[in-house]
Amino acid sequence: MSKIKAENVNVYYGSKQALFDISIDIAEKEVTALIGPSGCGKSTFLRCLNRMNDVIEICRVEGSIKMDNLELNSRKLDVVRLRENVGMVFQKPNPFPKTIYENVAYGPTIHGIAQSKEEMDQIVETSLKKAALWNEVKDRLDEIGTGLSGGQQQRLCIARAISVSPEVILMDEPCSALDPIATAQIEELIDDLKKEVTIVIVTHSMSQAARVSQKTGFFHLGKLIEFGPTDKIFKNPDNQQTQDYITGRFG
Amino acid sequence: MNSFKKNLLKKRYNAERRFQWYGKIAIGLALSFLAVFMFQIFSKGYSAFQKTWIVTEVHYDKELLLIDAESPSKDDLENADYYDVAYKAMTSLDPGLPEEEDRQLIQMVSYKYEAEVKDLLLKNPDYLGKIVPIKLTASDDVDQVHKGNYPRDIPEENRRVNDYQLQIYDMLNERGDILSEFNISFFTSPDSREAELAGIASSFMGTVFSILVCLAFSFPVAVLAAIYLEEFAPKNKFTDFIEVNINNLAAVPSIVFGLLGLGVLLAVFNLPRSTPLVGGITLSLMTLPTIIIAARASLKAVPPSIREAALAMGASNMQTTMHHTVPLSMPGTLSGTIIGLAQALGETAPLILIGMVAFVNTIPGTPVDPAASLPVQIYIWSESAERGFVEKVSACIMVLLAFLILMNLAAQIVRHKFEKKWS
Repeated sequence: MSKIKAENVNVYYGSKQALFDISIDIAEKEVTALIGPSGCGKSTFLRCLNRMNDVIEICRVEGSIKMDNLELNSRKLDVVRLRENVGMVFQKPNPFPKTIYENVAYGPTIHGIAQSKEEMDQIVETSLKKAALWNEVKDRLDEIGTGLSGGQQQRLCIARAISVSPEVILMDEPCSALDPIATAQIEELIDDLKKEVTIVIVTHSMSQAARVSQKTGFFHLGKLIEFGPTDKIFKNPDNQQTQDYITGRFG
Repeated sequence: MNSFKKNLLKKRYNAERRFQWYGKIAIGLALSFLAVFMFQIFSKGYSAFQKTWIVTEVHYDKELLLIDAESPSKDDLENADYYDVAYKAMTSLDPGLPEEEDRQLIQMVSYKYEAEVKDLLLKNPDYLGKIVPIKLTASDDVDQVHKGNYPRDIPEENRRVNDYQLQIYDMLNERGDILSEFNISFFTSPDSREAELAGIASSFMGTVFSILVCLAFSFPVAVLAAIYLEEFAPKNKFTDFIEVNINNLAAVPSIVFGLLGLGVLLAVFNLPRSTPLVGGITLSLMTLPTIIIAARASLKAVPPSIREAALAMGASNMQTTMHHTVPLSMPGTLSGTIIGLAQALGETAPLILIGMVAFVNTIPGTPVDPAASLPVQIYIWSESAERGFVEKVSACIMVLLAFLILMNLAAQIVRHKFEKKWS
């Protein structure tokens, strides 16, 4: 079942076009990986899905992106509600310089999800457990989030993202700043999360895409070259450029 | 290694050594200027914290006080005539002095000696009819003689203290009737034309009120302006123009702001002249650009990743700014504010223009009472001819510096607290 349907998306930075006619179907409760060389537009596309490109003044998005038949690329859309439903995890772990508890409780607080302190405690605990961080931090929830190790910080960011029970989580190279052990932990986490949420992950690592995703899209120079089941993309791609990229001949 | 390379290496090390020496010399020069400055102020000023008293005896004679009642009430004491009693208390120091010369003795104490005689009786009504010792404030000339600031070797006609007075002083000093005590009245009395009575209470309170008014006006306005410009305003030619103007404002000489205060606050809005309210508003015009610039710089220094994190959680622009960006920028903003206020604290020229240079001998209780300010007080006293004011100027500078150091200390503590929470 399709969760997000993008049709003919074009993105411009000023006069420079960054994405060309992207059409893609992202399936519900699956992991979709977007791969491609640096500057190919995969992050730009990801940021269209929660309207983070709004922050960049010169950025202009054309085309249609529908999530459950709701048009995302519309002036009338309430981005605050959208971002409540579409969480995001960034390349560099960016917890707030507040306590671990406050980091996770921030989303539920501003969206009015918890009615009481007990409910909030419950949300924080569940989110941290889902992010596989609970056991490591349960005794020091009032410590500053930025004092954790890199991998823990990134899991904290994931806990923060899932605290508002989003339907979609976008991940922008979530492991690029982490060591292999932390990376393995995050990948395991992604595997667990996909039972409940739709995940779109941008990654530089092809092996990571092959490990965690069900569908893979290959971007090159702002175009979506090939999109399909991950198995097919890695074993038997239709396109020569895809073949060249995954075999490491360029990029 | 060939000799060319060796030479080059040697040159490089020498250059670095020379550079380090230049730096050390520069720091040494700066420190020695500071030391000379401090020494100058402290050596001149410390004596102002000592006050000289002349001890004599006063006879609270009912007849001389013109009190008729058997057991006089407070009002009777209040309305009694103290002239003769006080006069006798002074002239008794030298009973042999002819009457026409008595001024010489009277001049050795402050002109308020009669009030001091009265105050002692009002505080101790049972002294009535008794002979009791009393401390009278020595005149500034005797005060200076006692502190050793008055050379005795200049000819008598050029001296404010004549030979006879010196003789009396020496006699009293030998008897131990010249007292030197901590000068409380320097901190509790307002300005006076007489150096021995002049204090900084009026100007100190004036400065406190001015700074508070300045903070109350400039901080909210500057912080809101900075937040709007940095976080919400579109970046276009108009906002660029505003930015250039704010930077220019920071470089405008302070006297111009004084003229603005005079022309607008006093002439148009008819605010009360010589008051800390007007002074504070005028100073806030000066402080405003300093705080705006500091606040914008510290807002800019907040990493964009924090903003993205908040926005991606579904926080609105306003929530992102208020929950994350502004608290993170607060340490920088606060230190900028303190720097701005410290500048305002020492500012004299604009206050002179709005009339805070007036002679004020009352202590202001509110920001709309007339007052002076510490730097203006320094200016006023430095213009005075009497020797007694020289030490007062230095003492006032010391108080101003102490005020400044305290403010900076407070800022550091506040900063530290914030940073602990936020990093």
